[in-house]
Amino acid sequence: MNIDKKIVDDLVANDVSFVTTVPCKQLAGVIEEVDQRPEIFHIPSNKEDEGMGLCAGAFMGGKRPAIIMQNTAIGVTINTLATLTQFYRMPLPMIISYRGELREPVACQVEMAVHTKALLEQMLIPTYHFHWQKDVEEFDNILKYTFMANKPVAILTDANFWGGYGDQ
Amino acid sequence: MIRSEILKEIAPILKDQLIVCNIGIPSQELHAIMDQPSNFYMLGTMGLASSIGLGLALAQPKTVISIDGDGSILTNLGTLPTIGNNCPSNYILMIIDNGSYGSTGDQPTYTGRKTDLAGMARAAGCDNVVEVQDVDCGKALQEAIDAQNGTVLVVKCDSGNAKMPVITMDPVVIRHRFMEAVKA
Repeated sequence: MNIDKKIVDDLVANDVSFVTTVPCKQLAGVIEEVDQRPEIFHIPSNKEDEGMGLCAGAFMGGKRPAIIMQNTAIGVTINTLATLTQFYRMPLPMIISYRGELREPVACQVEMAVHTKALLEQMLIPTYHFHWQKDVEEFDNILKYTFMANKPVAILTDANFWGGYGDQ
Repeated sequence: MIRSEILKEIAPILKDQLIVCNIGIPSQELHAIMDQPSNFYMLGTMGLASSIGLGLALAQPKTVISIDGDGSILTNLGTLPTIGNNCPSNYILMIIDNGSYGSTGDQPTYTGRKTDLAGMARAAGCDNVVEVQDVDCGKALQEAIDAQNGTVLVVKCDSGNAKMPVITMDPVVIRHRFMEAVKA
């Protein structure tokens, strides 16, 4: 199974047509796939809170948005999630590379990894953790749930899910 | 002129336009001067008016005007390259540049010293950047609406705020009526 393709197929099938991204090595394949699909408008952002602003505008303009980012960005976006996405009740699937988990080679990444789920829980953000490749089968249901609930929803995807870091 | 005087003067131009308005006193002033369903008031999240407006302009064909401030643009400077590289023709970013953080007590921003927002917008890739003085705002805004070429409008004016009530409207109501206006 090509995970990148499966994720983007599910986005398209759920009518997600506006995707903003802040890059991550793990997410490079998904971002490339997003960029190539004619059904999706891809707009890279410089910071994740900026991206959430873009998504809020796109949603109010009638598009279904999504953001692709690293878990370190949870530390950047708490205020935006609380006072924009949640306060105005907007849906936002957040496809997040969960750095600092098993098979992580960079120690500093662990420092935000240990806070990631606690912060999401504190924010009452529904959170799903993809650790095995088969976990991606749930993605379609998570997207449907997000747009039903009108909430931000986090999908944490760790290094094991992506097949490790290769020779990094 | 201070911001509220500019807003009063351009209110007839803003009527029935899709407006995304900056957090704090700017939204309170716009709400008091000319509330309308097509105004999206930011009640929190400093800095994102320009991003929300850009996302909205990219998602649908109507003209979108973001009313932002110099302090908020400085908070979210990454917005300028994103606008510069993706700006649709139906988007106008109007920065009311009074050289101060109005909502927090008029502390000075760097645009009152050496920093030039119009120059930064141009350097970020924005093709149509216009800087005007407060008295010329209405004319420049109308020209930008008519031109439909994606404009960043920097309006230099005096620091100061009008005393207006806090917006008590529920955020979901603000969002819902705004989305209905977008669809109308």
